[in-house]
Amino acid sequence: MARIEDLSLPHRIFMKAYRFHSEDWRPGASLDKRLSESKIALVTTAALHLPEQPAFDDNIRGGDSSFRELPADVDVSQLKIAHRSSAFDQTGALQDRNLVFPLDRFRELVSRGTAGALNHRHFSLMGSITAPARLISETAPAVASLLRKDEVDTAFLLPV
Amino acid sequence: MCNQSVGLIASTIEKAGIPTVGISLLREVTEKVRPPRTLFVPFPFGYPLGRPNQPDLQHQVIAAALELLKAPEPLPILVDFVVHGLTIP
Repeated sequence: MARIEDLSLPHRIFMKAYRFHSEDWRPGASLDKRLSESKIALVTTAALHLPEQPAFDDNIRGGDSSFRELPADVDVSQLKIAHRSSAFDQTGALQDRNLVFPLDRFRELVSRGTAGALNHRHFSLMGSITAPARLISETAPAVASLLRKDEVDTAFLLPV
Repeated sequence: MCNQSVGLIASTIEKAGIPTVGISLLREVTEKVRPPRTLFVPFPFGYPLGRPNQPDLQHQVIAAALELLKAPEPLPILVDFVVHGLTIP
């Protein structure tokens, strides 16, 4: 189980003093169809990227708020991990990207008929963003806009 | 900070009219960010679906999270993932 106490001392001090942000989403949306008829998109904050895409930049003060599109036909084992946070143990994800970006699991759900379809693209960000103003004002709305354009029915999100 | 980022992104997508469900590794953070639907998992940082190369466990976590899309309102909902017989690392 993960707890703030599990983090290194600098991370603990930072997290205890940090004022976390929230974004008003009310009243909320609802899935009006069966999952077996729904198109799903994945969003991971594991900083995964295609080898030919630029890596996320860990040197940007406050965090890199950019995102990468990951095509639905990608071989997940080929994805690079740009995350550099010491709070994120990459050992498992390096063995199996599905641990943080379960595209193969969702392909299986589609083939079983549990899920309807996967979107033709999914989204990756580097979650270690301490100053999320740009994430809130630009990046997340851009991702949401693309999901709407793609007529995605639901989004599944994973942190690391 | 990943758990805050996931919560903020989920909230923004939800506000755009698309229902979301997210995993959380850090209840203390997710309770403050309060995204619409979250499955809190008892795994270490970096392991949101439990363990590498264990598709059955990964499927259990995913299925439990997807169930939240069917859960009755009111939102937000933050549910603990429980798996029996698993030794948490």
